[in-house]
Amino acid sequence: MSTLLEVSGVTVSFDGFRAINNLSFQIGEAELRAVIGPNGAGKTTFMDIVTGKTRPDSGHVLYGERSASLIGMSEAKIAQAGIGRKFQKPTVFEDQTVQANLLMALRKPRGPLAVLLYRPSPADLARVAELADEIGLGDQLERPSGELSHGQKQWLEIGMLLAQDPRLLLVDEPAAGMTPAEREKTTAILVEAARTRAVVVVEHDMEFVRRLNCKVTVLHEGAVLAEGSLDHVTRNQDVIDVYLGR
Amino acid sequence: MHRSFIARHPSVLVFLALLALFTLAVTVLSEGFGVGVISTSFVKTLGKTLCLCLVAVAMDLIWGYAGILSLGHFAFFGLGGYMIGMWLMFERTRHIVEGALADAALPPTPEEIEAAIGNQVFGVVGSSDLPLIWSFADSLAIQLALVVLVPGLLALVFGWLAFRARVTGVYLSILTQAMTLGLALYLFQNASGLRGNNGLSGLQNLPGVTAPQSEVSLWFFWASALALALGYLLSAWLVSGKFGSVIRGIRDNEARVRFLGYSVEHYKLAIFTLTACIAGIAGALYYPQAGIINPAEIAPIASIYLAVWVAIGGRGRLYGAVIGTAFVSLLSSWFTGGQAPDLTVAGYRVAWVDWWLVLLGLSFVAVTLYAPRGIAGGLERLAGRRKDTAS
Amino acid sequence: MKTLLMAMLCALLTTPFALAQTRNVQDILQTQRALIEESSRRTIGPAIDALADSGLPAIPRVLETWQAKEMWQRAADGLFFAGEETADGLYRLIDFDTGAPVGTYPRSELTQLKPNSGIRALIATALVRFQLTDPDPAKRSAALDSLGRDPEAGLLEPLRASVAAETDPALRARKERMERLMTIAHGASPAERIAAIESLSGDLGVDFRATLNPILATRRTVIGATDPPPANVAATLSPGGEELGVTAAYDLLVAEGRAPALVTKEARDAALTAHIRDGEVGGLPVAALSSETARDTAYDALVVAGLAEPRVGPQDVAEALAGHRFLDVYADPDPDVTAAAAAALGASQTRVAVGQAVDLGLDALSLASIYFLAAIGLAITFGVMGVINMAHGEFIMMGAYTGFVVQQFVTNHTASILLAVPLAFAVTFAAGVALERLVIRWLYHRPLETLLATFGVSIALQQLAKNIFGTQARPLTAPGWLDGAWVINDVVAISYIRIAIFALALLFLGLFLFIMNRTRLGLETRAVTQNPRMAASMGINPDRVNMLTFGLGSGIAGIAGVVIGLFAKVTSEMGGDYIVQSFMTVVVGGVGNIWGTLAGATMIGGFQKGVEWLNPSNTLAAQTYMIVFIIIFIQFRPRGIIALKGRAAGD
Repeated sequence: MSTLLEVSGVTVSFDGFRAINNLSFQIGEAELRAVIGPNGAGKTTFMDIVTGKTRPDSGHVLYGERSASLIGMSEAKIAQAGIGRKFQKPTVFEDQTVQANLLMALRKPRGPLAVLLYRPSPADLARVAELADEIGLGDQLERPSGELSHGQKQWLEIGMLLAQDPRLLLVDEPAAGMTPAEREKTTAILVEAARTRAVVVVEHDMEFVRRLNCKVTVLHEGAVLAEGSLDHVTRNQDVIDVYLGR
Repeated sequence: MHRSFIARHPSVLVFLALLALFTLAVTVLSEGFGVGVISTSFVKTLGKTLCLCLVAVAMDLIWGYAGILSLGHFAFFGLGGYMIGMWLMFERTRHIVEGALADAALPPTPEEIEAAIGNQVFGVVGSSDLPLIWSFADSLAIQLALVVLVPGLLALVFGWLAFRARVTGVYLSILTQAMTLGLALYLFQNASGLRGNNGLSGLQNLPGVTAPQSEVSLWFFWASALALALGYLLSAWLVSGKFGSVIRGIRDNEARVRFLGYSVEHYKLAIFTLTACIAGIAGALYYPQAGIINPAEIAPIASIYLAVWVAIGGRGRLYGAVIGTAFVSLLSSWFTGGQAPDLTVAGYRVAWVDWWLVLLGLSFVAVTLYAPRGIAGGLERLAGRRKDTAS
Repeated sequence: MKTLLMAMLCALLTTPFALAQTRNVQDILQTQRALIEESSRRTIGPAIDALADSGLPAIPRVLETWQAKEMWQRAADGLFFAGEETADGLYRLIDFDTGAPVGTYPRSELTQLKPNSGIRALIATALVRFQLTDPDPAKRSAALDSLGRDPEAGLLEPLRASVAAETDPALRARKERMERLMTIAHGASPAERIAAIESLSGDLGVDFRATLNPILATRRTVIGATDPPPANVAATLSPGGEELGVTAAYDLLVAEGRAPALVTKEARDAALTAHIRDGEVGGLPVAALSSETARDTAYDALVVAGLAEPRVGPQDVAEALAGHRFLDVYADPDPDVTAAAAAALGASQTRVAVGQAVDLGLDALSLASIYFLAAIGLAITFGVMGVINMAHGEFIMMGAYTGFVVQQFVTNHTASILLAVPLAFAVTFAAGVALERLVIRWLYHRPLETLLATFGVSIALQQLAKNIFGTQARPLTAPGWLDGAWVINDVVAISYIRIAIFALALLFLGLFLFIMNRTRLGLETRAVTQNPRMAASMGINPDRVNMLTFGLGSGIAGIAGVVIGLFAKVTSEMGGDYIVQSFMTVVVGGVGNIWGTLAGATMIGGFQKGVEWLNPSNTLAAQTYMIVFIIIFIQFRPRGIIALKGRAAGD
């Protein structure tokens, strides 16, 4: 399995505080990975670096077969290169319909002129309907997304990510605030997505991570503390120390 | 494509029909071509109001839809006015000068004509040379192009700098206000080449046109109505599609749009520049009806009033911007024009000329606090309730 | 004063005086009677000189009397006397030579001499030599002032003679300096003058530079190519260079009669007009003369026909210029003196430039203080609380009007200002609290809405002020002890009011730091702005803290208003002049950091003064450039000079 994203030796500090400390991380083409760690371990900052929001002080972030460096690229360019990101809080465009949300995310030319002249083709509409079915919103296409429930918004956001057709998906705490039934569905969507692309899930909830049944990376103080199956890392003494406090 | 667009947005058709009806009614009632119920000066006021509605539509695009509270659009409006004003003033002065020189013993040379125009136009600021920026003032085509190009270019450069630096929200508002202030102060100088605080005047006279003002005012009224119709149509089309989705997305969550792969800065720049061009056109139609333009017109407070109109009308709805602007600006000119009868409250005579702005300021606060959707929002709620009771 | 003079006169009278025996004042006056009666500035000179040169002891008294319009002429015999009005409306005449009264006369028998201001100035100059040794120091000082205005050559010797006897050290220093300056201008030998120049070289005084400038003044002249050059040539100019354009050079030749005048366009057109015959002139129809070349052609035809002067072509001009040399010649013929003067002036100018730079720095500093004062309230409401208050400028205005109202009731300016400051704070504090309670607290975390609502407040307040106080500017008068300036030398001076503003700015900075870092309110404010929920759970009432903090920021704006009102006019629109600058100051400095605001104010003030210095005629341009500069600056430091980084900055 070839490597899709390679982060090596990355360091970021804010006003002297090292949020990320010589972090190295790799993920393959079609892989599901959970990233866990206590508060302040640098999970969100790690995502910020990969998606171009934060510029690291040092280190490399290489992506794709040609190992292009992501450092210095704009957020939009990185997104166009195939990296999708889901935020902790569900962020959909609430005063627009589910369909408009999905159409906006659909993988199409992103330039202002192209967008201005764009009219959805039947194929596009069919793809949107298909995605909506996948996330369980098939009959809600014309509803303003602000009216959806919290869980539905989370799914819509995941649906928008899928519409982007990314090669790497970064998902920040997808299960937060969901009912058990909704969690199960979310797990299914993510596992399904990881068949054809790389998915990185940042999560607090161990139960949810266990259900994902994938390789786990534990972050602590901005560096990788342990890596392996969930059972493997939970037996690691360092990890126990960090989680339970010494 | 357009038919389907109109079909999907019947409100646009309603608006256009109402505008056409209004134009027809004013024409029929006017002094120039009708029964003479509406005075020429009121036709001009209505024409100017249509231009203000057009710039308000642009303001609604940039603020109501894209979420950028620009306090610079009245500056673009003024620039448009200056550009057309240069041609009007130059050509009219040329006619006068040629008339005056016709009796001279020798036929005037081009140099003499230019010197005489320079003297006429710039004598008031103690100069007699035509500045370089007046090089094309004799060409209507070029000045018309500049009506769009100058505001557009200023918006492009300013927007590129501001958006690139990711200045957003209130910071951007303040920065645009600073730009407006800077431009106004620049134009106040005699060295700006646009007659300093005297501004450009006599713009109501079309060079070489002998038709009476009662007719000319109607021509401009029609042109303003047409421009508003086209501007409204363009704006409605713009916000109805995916482009509208994206800019509304930028308004609601800029970062999210960025992570969807859209270059937010390009979109902002596009809409900022486009609306600046629309504002320039509106200004170019407004000032020939007003007759005079000077830098005080561009002062930051004018752009603030523009925001006030749009907010009172209801931002995020194009017709809201039009309603708010027409309503508040006509009311303003009625109150401040001294036509409104004074009130006597507890023995104190309240002159509307003095108190109208206090009332406007406070009602603006009230609208912001209690009716953020403005008049249009209120209308929609009414319509919604009626629909509910009907069904 | 008068008794002193009388005593002097008596003393003089009792002294036997050789000259006084032979001639007396009345004789001289009678000799010059015609000129005195004519009383014209142009012709009076010899009469004054005759008096001044006579050496008679009574002369100063005569001249002073004349100058004060107290000299009367008796109609009956034309004799001159000093006159004073008596209680019964008559005039008592006093003889100049004896000092004795000669009787009282009604006005009808007398003529008053009324020298005009020009003559009085000449008399004053003549008096200087006597006044330089006057026992009254005030008169000696006045004499030096008079010398400073008109350093006449003849007064150099009397001045020198008076230096040794001068007892007052300050006056002695002034006399010595004046002696040096007058030696530069009127010294007998070049060596003496050069020594005087070098003794003052590098001096900053305006008087010194004013003395040197006429020596270095040049006159532009033209000579034939082979003529011998005149003495002390400053520079040889080549026509067409920067110093002397071709046209100017040729005009000089024409003015000196060395070349024929150019045929101007006006002259050409006049000639053409004069020779129009049957709609034609110079072989061309009049209608065709609508271009310069056509007119030239027609004119040349007239020249050929002998009807007009030939035109001077470019070739002729070049030849004429080549045949002459253009020189700048010093007014002073001695090259050594001019060289020394140029060197001394150069040294002075270098020091003046340094002084001006210091002065500019002080100016920039005081402008920065003003911006800082205007912005510091905003640094609290906007910088710390994050509330955009577009009515902040109107709070400044309210403070200024409070000061104005106080001055209507309290006429002592010091007391009124001392009273106005706390009162302005109270008024704007209350206004701020009201605004916060009624409007802003509903709009926290919706900054754009806050901006809009406070715009509304700003519009209403401005119009309200206009309704109450009218549109004309109201003055706010500073106490007398703030008038004037601290003059360091002739170049560097700073007005006390600016020093006071600077001190106030520092005081407010200290106050801000104290409140934010050392008081309970500051601690609670910081807690509430960083995490309101956490703060609330710790027993802090966020509502109360927000209200008080906003009131504090507004109150400081009010005080700033009083201070700004002291040097700027108080109008209903004054707030608008400061609001944009204030926001720029806070934004450029870095939001949420008082040192940033200080740095922002310093930078904006410095930049604006710098631009004004480069382009002094145009302060509007300075503001335009400043705004352009800020827009570009933000490209490089979007978060301001002193930026908070990381998560604390928020997005």
